[in-house]
Amino acid sequence: MTTETETARKGWMGLLARSKPTRLAQLFPDLPAHDFLRAPEVGAVMVQGRIGGVGQPFNLGEMTVTRCALRLASGATGHAYVQGRDKAHAVRAAALDALLQTEQGPELQDSILTPLRAEETTRRASRAAKAAATRVEFFTLVRGEDQ
Amino acid sequence: MYVAVKGGEKAIDNAHAWLAEERRGDVTVAELSLPQIREQLALAVNRVMAEGSLYDPDLAALAIKQARGDLIEAIFLIRAYRTTLPRLGASCPVDTARMAVVRRISATFKDLPGGQVLGPTFDYTHRLLDFKLAAEGEVPAAAMAPTDLADVPHVTEFLNRDGMIEVEPGGNATPPDLTREPMELPASRALRLQAIARGDEGFILSMAYSTQRGYGRTHAFVGELRIGTVAVEMDIPELGFAVEIGEMELTECETVNQFKGSKTEPPQFTRGYGLVFGQTERKAIAMSLVDRALRWAELGEDFTGAPAQDEEFVLMHADNVQATGFLEHIKLPHYVDFQSELELVRRLRSEALAAQEAAE
Repeated sequence: MTTETETARKGWMGLLARSKPTRLAQLFPDLPAHDFLRAPEVGAVMVQGRIGGVGQPFNLGEMTVTRCALRLASGATGHAYVQGRDKAHAVRAAALDALLQTEQGPELQDSILTPLRAEETTRRASRAAKAAATRVEFFTLVRGEDQ
Repeated sequence: MYVAVKGGEKAIDNAHAWLAEERRGDVTVAELSLPQIREQLALAVNRVMAEGSLYDPDLAALAIKQARGDLIEAIFLIRAYRTTLPRLGASCPVDTARMAVVRRISATFKDLPGGQVLGPTFDYTHRLLDFKLAAEGEVPAAAMAPTDLADVPHVTEFLNRDGMIEVEPGGNATPPDLTREPMELPASRALRLQAIARGDEGFILSMAYSTQRGYGRTHAFVGELRIGTVAVEMDIPELGFAVEIGEMELTECETVNQFKGSKTEPPQFTRGYGLVFGQTERKAIAMSLVDRALRWAELGEDFTGAPAQDEEFVLMHADNVQATGFLEHIKLPHYVDFQSELELVRRLRSEALAAQEAAE
């Protein structure tokens, strides 16, 4: 796999993992025929931090993750590791991961990834804008002895 | 002679049925939904995730509902649930320098790149009960201001440039995991941080407070406190590269502490570190104070006998699930234990009384 396709694949796998399961189901209601290489499985991933934000890793705590791998009739395989315990979410993400690598890719980019990305950008921008409104603007008071 | 006793099944069943009824409360009052708990009691959800050591807001909301709002019971439920999950692996260390911050303040520098961002804070409120919340009503929309969405640099970076603060040694060593192997003392700093991150907020708070009152004083300033969302990335073995598997809200605190220097180190500032799931700033600040206090040996400071410097004392008593398990087990039947104590005390009393009579 070339670096370019790897970057693209990393991008959509992350986007699908971060998407709300209900929203993904709306955008992609019908699953293509598939065989599981790994049936959807709920588990935990140990999340690591770094000491002082930059130093040696330490174990912060776990998060729930659901994973799944499948093969489509065309032979394309897809993988998913998604936050939470929603098996349907993992299956949809894996099926899309497979389909996005086929000639259907560009069409699905437009119909599914583009709206998901736009909604995520809006959500993030809204929180960032609210945070920006709470940024403190300091001003210096004129003190009596200076006059 | 040992006599096994059985019984109480019916009483236990009935007690649990009554518990379910009491949990529901007055049925003329609408039942709480899990999304309501998740969205409107978010800080309770965060505490249960942090101390349950499992990031899953829906599960934490369920645990809070099931536990009737008893957060330690909810944490216990989460801990029990997590033992049923297969471990799929470990994430890459989260990059808090790339956090999408909703709050970021520094008590050490007024003007700093990225600014002082207050976020949705209780600070500066008057702590007066707001009776408007007793009535249902629309909430006015929060104000917005333009922003460039740039990453916010860590404050310690600025101090680092002048060599004024100790350098945090980097690396990628696999950290010890107290959920896999029993905690061994002395513990590495990584193991201590894991234990404190999942430790009881009240206990960690009190330990931190004790250092401020002089029991192992560390002269801490909050160099930076930030809350926001970070991406969680994981190496996927079957793909051969890392992908984002989700995102989570974290609170990070870095304290800057006075240090006179030692034989090998010039005078400089030292660091304490706190990182906790969710919006949990009291815990994160407390964690960084306790982390710093526990570093006395590594920094060549004196052990003054303060509880917060005592690794065994702190780490072995920080876990509220362990603590509550041992504490509350003494209410369970100890009939046989007690019977033997009773007989012992009776015998000692009769001996003592006999000795007294003989003396008279």
